[in-house]
Amino acid sequence: MSEASEINIKSYNLNFGPQHPAAHGVLRLVLELDGEVIERADPHIGLLHRGTEKLIEHKTYLQAVGYFDRLDYGAPMCQEHAFALAVEKAADIEVPLRGQYIRVLYAELTRIMSHLLITNTHAMDVGALTPILWGMDQREMLLGFYERASGSRMHAKYFRPGGVHQDLPPDLLQDIYAWCDQFPQYLEDVETLLVDNRIFKQRNVDIGVVTQEEAMALGMSGSNLRSTGLAWDLRKAQPYDVYDRMDFDIPVGKNGDCYDRFLLRMEEMRQSLRIMKQCIEQMPDGPVMTEDRKVGPPRRGEMKRSMEALIHHFKLYTEGYKVPAGEVYAAVEAPKGEFGVYLVSDGTNKPYRCKIRAPGFVHLSSMNHMLKGHMLADVPAVLGAMDVVFGEVDR
Amino acid sequence: MSKALRQLGELIQSAFSDTVDGFHIAKGELTVEAGPDRLVELMTFLRDNSECRFRILVDVCGVDYPERPKRFDVVYHLLSMHLNQRIRVKLKADDETPIPSVTGVFPSANWFEREVWDMFGVLFSGHPDLRRILTDYGFQGHPLRKDFPLTGFVEVRYSEELKRVVYEPVQLGQEFREFDFLSPWEGAEYILPGDEKADTAEPS
Repeated sequence: MSEASEINIKSYNLNFGPQHPAAHGVLRLVLELDGEVIERADPHIGLLHRGTEKLIEHKTYLQAVGYFDRLDYGAPMCQEHAFALAVEKAADIEVPLRGQYIRVLYAELTRIMSHLLITNTHAMDVGALTPILWGMDQREMLLGFYERASGSRMHAKYFRPGGVHQDLPPDLLQDIYAWCDQFPQYLEDVETLLVDNRIFKQRNVDIGVVTQEEAMALGMSGSNLRSTGLAWDLRKAQPYDVYDRMDFDIPVGKNGDCYDRFLLRMEEMRQSLRIMKQCIEQMPDGPVMTEDRKVGPPRRGEMKRSMEALIHHFKLYTEGYKVPAGEVYAAVEAPKGEFGVYLVSDGTNKPYRCKIRAPGFVHLSSMNHMLKGHMLADVPAVLGAMDVVFGEVDR
Repeated sequence: MSKALRQLGELIQSAFSDTVDGFHIAKGELTVEAGPDRLVELMTFLRDNSECRFRILVDVCGVDYPERPKRFDVVYHLLSMHLNQRIRVKLKADDETPIPSVTGVFPSANWFEREVWDMFGVLFSGHPDLRRILTDYGFQGHPLRKDFPLTGFVEVRYSEELKRVVYEPVQLGQEFREFDFLSPWEGAEYILPGDEKADTAEPS
């Protein structure tokens, strides 16, 4: 080897982010490049760290729900769902059937919301601008449904331990059903734009390939795991609420590349539509929140007449309820993967420890593995298809 | 379900009788209490044994109990897609003795262990890259410890005079309010102001 070639192998460091439109938030990615080929990717996270877990230790169980909306802000209700399930498991709370149906309906609506955001921003990162314009239109309608149910477009605080906060307003179910009927047309339109598009395929096929073994070793879950061909979905394997009554399929990928992840999410939206329609058709009547007044607050009307109800209301919104000492882990199939809450209770009205297991954190940790040997231009494609939101990665 | 978990727990305990202190099943979840000595072996066993096949490391986290001599719990959650089962492995640690890293068994442990180090200050031996992960560059202390205040110690702002971001001690606009919800009728152990006079006033 001559001296000149030794000088040429000097690698080049590049900072991708923290302020970069394709970084999907505040990611600082330190890339070691050999020409345009990535030799090592070192994600620096924590720029959005807000100490959620520490804050939850100082709040009552009901106050803690609000923090879960702010983790993955693309899919707020699914996080609340995991926390609600954890508290219900720890305190043995029964949720009324209608409450469970509403939760499943809104969890699937949330999944479509999140997938809309991610498939479209992914497409935008690799150069297609039209889908995001159409997709945000659809997403806006879903945010409207959020607002009509919870009063808030994003940070809903709607799923609470014991059920959901309030019953749905009249006509909302019919409107969601009507929305479900028109949505497949949108999916077809986007697919005609992207699926066979030459540029889209060149940017995504065989990019960021992960095999089944690697995916398990890297701890992946959700769509990223299923894109490798493993049919693992917590909604089927460990069903919670009324998912065991729903009829739906789990799409799987073949190659585990970015293109498969995109196709998989498109198909998952169709399956979510099926679940939503079944929920609306089967929706029973009845209470939406547990009638146990030590957990579920009394209705406003009761409070005007009953001293008992007034006391319960006051106690619940100041002191809150106590959860028996012990530890539980509850997980849901959030749009991004397995979202888990590990709750340690010491028998008081505040969690002793609440660890949030965010899927995005695990997926981002495999960034180095997925990027190694790829070109610099593949970074946005891999990051976009990986589906990370920094609210949950940094917590 | 719980019978299968019991069998699993007994299998693990018989294979690692010297390092596994015991197991218990609560709320349908199996918890194995292990010592740090043969942790890597235990994890390899859990991953590869044909009756376990816990192939996915779901989570590693710490819990702080400041009153104990070994104040931290390090908790591993594993998932077996083969059995459709979860398991929790707990071990005790302090802030001086490192516990063996499991990155060699589960590559996904890399960031989880960095997070436990960052948040609690538990050391992991054999970790390839034990840096802080979530806190700021140059951060001091371990924020999820119970003796770390919720407000932290420093705050940042942009200084117009210095034309850069500066770190300053935290100044609260009002006193930090921590409400005590333990009712005196339910056996709170603290003494209310004035209660100490009840004993001294009595003639001896």
